[in-house]
Amino acid sequence: MPFVTAKSQRDAYDVIVVGSGAAGGQSAYTLCMDGAKVLMLEAGRRYSPETETPMFQTPDLAPLGGVGTPQKPFGFYDATVDGGWDVPGEPYVRASEEAAGRFEWWRARMLGGRTNHWGRISLRNGPYDFKPHGRDGLGFDWPIGYEDIAPYYDKVELLIGVYGSNEGLENTPDSSPGCLLPPPKPLVSDLLIAQRAKRLGIPAIPGHRAVLTQPLDFRRSPARLHPGNVTAQKILAEDMRKRAACLWATPCGRGCSIRANYQSTTVHLPPALASGNLDIATDAMVYEITLGRDGRANGVSFVDRTTGRQQHATARVVIVAASACESVRILLNSKSAQFPNGLANSSGRLGRYLMDTVGSSVSGQIPLLESLPPLNEDAADGQQLYVPWWLYREQRAGKLPFARGYHIEFGGGKRMPGYGTAAGIEWLTGGSYGVKFKQDVRRYYGSFVYFDGRGEMIPNDHSYCEIDPSVKDKWGIPVLRFHWRWSEHELRQAAHMQRTFADIIAAMDGRTHGAVQNDGAKAIAPGGSIIHEVGGAIMGSDPKTSVTNQWCQTWDVPNLFVTDGAVFASNADKNPTLTIMALAWRAADHILERLRRKEL
Amino acid sequence: MDRRTTIKWVLAASAAWPLLGRGAGRADPALTVQGYGTDPNLLAVYRPGELWPLTLTAPQRQLAGILADIVIPADEHSPSASAVGVVEFIDEWVSAPYPANLRDRPIVLGGFIWLEAEAARRFGRGFADLGAAERSDICDDICDESRAVTARRDAARFFALYRDLTAAGFYSTPVGRKDLGYIGNVPLARFDGPPPALLKKLNLA
Repeated sequence: MPFVTAKSQRDAYDVIVVGSGAAGGQSAYTLCMDGAKVLMLEAGRRYSPETETPMFQTPDLAPLGGVGTPQKPFGFYDATVDGGWDVPGEPYVRASEEAAGRFEWWRARMLGGRTNHWGRISLRNGPYDFKPHGRDGLGFDWPIGYEDIAPYYDKVELLIGVYGSNEGLENTPDSSPGCLLPPPKPLVSDLLIAQRAKRLGIPAIPGHRAVLTQPLDFRRSPARLHPGNVTAQKILAEDMRKRAACLWATPCGRGCSIRANYQSTTVHLPPALASGNLDIATDAMVYEITLGRDGRANGVSFVDRTTGRQQHATARVVIVAASACESVRILLNSKSAQFPNGLANSSGRLGRYLMDTVGSSVSGQIPLLESLPPLNEDAADGQQLYVPWWLYREQRAGKLPFARGYHIEFGGGKRMPGYGTAAGIEWLTGGSYGVKFKQDVRRYYGSFVYFDGRGEMIPNDHSYCEIDPSVKDKWGIPVLRFHWRWSEHELRQAAHMQRTFADIIAAMDGRTHGAVQNDGAKAIAPGGSIIHEVGGAIMGSDPKTSVTNQWCQTWDVPNLFVTDGAVFASNADKNPTLTIMALAWRAADHILERLRRKEL
Repeated sequence: MDRRTTIKWVLAASAAWPLLGRGAGRADPALTVQGYGTDPNLLAVYRPGELWPLTLTAPQRQLAGILADIVIPADEHSPSASAVGVVEFIDEWVSAPYPANLRDRPIVLGGFIWLEAEAARRFGRGFADLGAAERSDICDDICDESRAVTARRDAARFFALYRDLTAAGFYSTPVGRKDLGYIGNVPLARFDGPPPALLKKLNLA
């Protein structure tokens, strides 16, 4: 009985994992495959991608053509349950409503969390990204280097399936042989962007996304991932065989019923459940880590959302993996005589150094792409190619007015028509209607391109979260209050993105749509809106200035671990999910070793 | 229609946007429904009117269809907007309880009033009774917001929105997808990328 109610838990678990997304899924997978007994607690409902994913549904079958609403902000078919920028009954507070101080928090309340809908972009941090302070004196160095995590990047890529290529570029690491799946073929628009960007010295290379461009290697990968563990190998081989390769259609953001991309619910949880070592309780809203007299965590308290009753579960080890801010919230709300300011907060750094990704966008229209013949350009649903940060040398030489880099995600093509296809195109048509309008729409369909910058934010003292003194959610749990501020580094970087994207569009003989912002404050997306929020419980080498050590183990409580993005000491331009999984795997290996030695 | 009636219509039209704009929809009991919630069944097929009641009156729906077909008429490639359910889509849109819909509703309803008033002012008839040239006479003046005179700026904003909604409804349908030559959303055993001949033609080979 893998899915338990709160009444039928086992008596003793080795580890409780709070959260079921990238961090919780990876933590539980690694632990269960090596024999640890794990109880996973997920605040949201049980969710089954195999039976709930609207794979081929078209917009005309959805309300309002499937466009986003406050109840489904990324569109009707987006794989988000009970979530978005607002979760009913679970508010959060912004210390400022000013645009510059605004922070937005995306949550989901479902098994697998945000991995069900994420963009699947899976980039490795490079060697520079773990030692940023050592390079430019800003922010913090991690207590680990690239070489410590590289083997775990290999493992995660082999397990979840990531397409990409090895290009040997600066601070853009290659994977070990056999780790990456072949990248998909680029679209016409991809090739045109790559050709014209190259003339500006901007390289476009195959993207890295967790999408199976071919079946996984179920014969060899299990032995590589679980050497000496025949049981784990057998379970994983069986599960890998059940994952189909991409069928080159349907948006990944809806989730994937054939399990051709990574989501925790289709990749981490099935083999972990098959091991017999995992129990999952859904609708279990954890609000506190409880502490024994010995100063060690002895379990967690949670609200059973189906009954509203408070419950308690115990284990030898507690892993918090509820997403950076939610994990911080749980720790801050776990107050005791020993930890009056929140559990594992002797440093006072809990909640500090919240980071998101710098985001800025420009779109354009390209005459060369007009009136192309019908093409099936669903492809891998985006990021066939991308641009890694390319100005390291200029930055080192002090030629740029900001310290850290960004990468460019871009796209175009003849996507599934819908609300946006012909909306707001008067700037091209002069306001045509009638037969002429239909001709115009045919002409321009597929001729638009977009560029999204994704840049590094440097942690600062003004971006943090804390417990609001008065507001509580519907369960009576105190909520977070967010403070946010960008530094000049981020604002100037956003302005640089705008100019770069306009330059690429010009090099494509195209027209930019709307104003190109020279003012970074106007160019930058609000804090949190890129949904790469990390930090809040950063790892370090000094208990006085960090919350965890390099093993995601809290300095204050030896059997309490934080394995999600909260431990990030910096937030490189690379999307955080792959690094979250690699860190979680590494931490789980460490926990297993310590459990074997009876140290936990 | 006599001159006094026409003047009343014009006055009503000019007042329509601010009047309808104030707390639009909230006073309308039909719009107090709560939407589809945060966990709707994604596999069901939804038809306009199922989740919240449609609210356009019969004359409004008639005008909605006429205007949708002015924006997207039948041509040699595909039928007109009203033939593929765009009136129902627009009715669903302006009747929905979400902020964007509450924002758009008074613009659309105000636009309908303005169109009738303008038809009466220019030609002494209702918009439905105008000929094609007369309808174009009005639409040409409001089809491009950037060129519209100040007095017709609101009407132009309405027309731009109405064109967007009509296109959204039309191109979301199988007919609209076919009109654009969209051939995706089908499972493929492999993805070979663009045809080499096309890439060669575009100097991308």
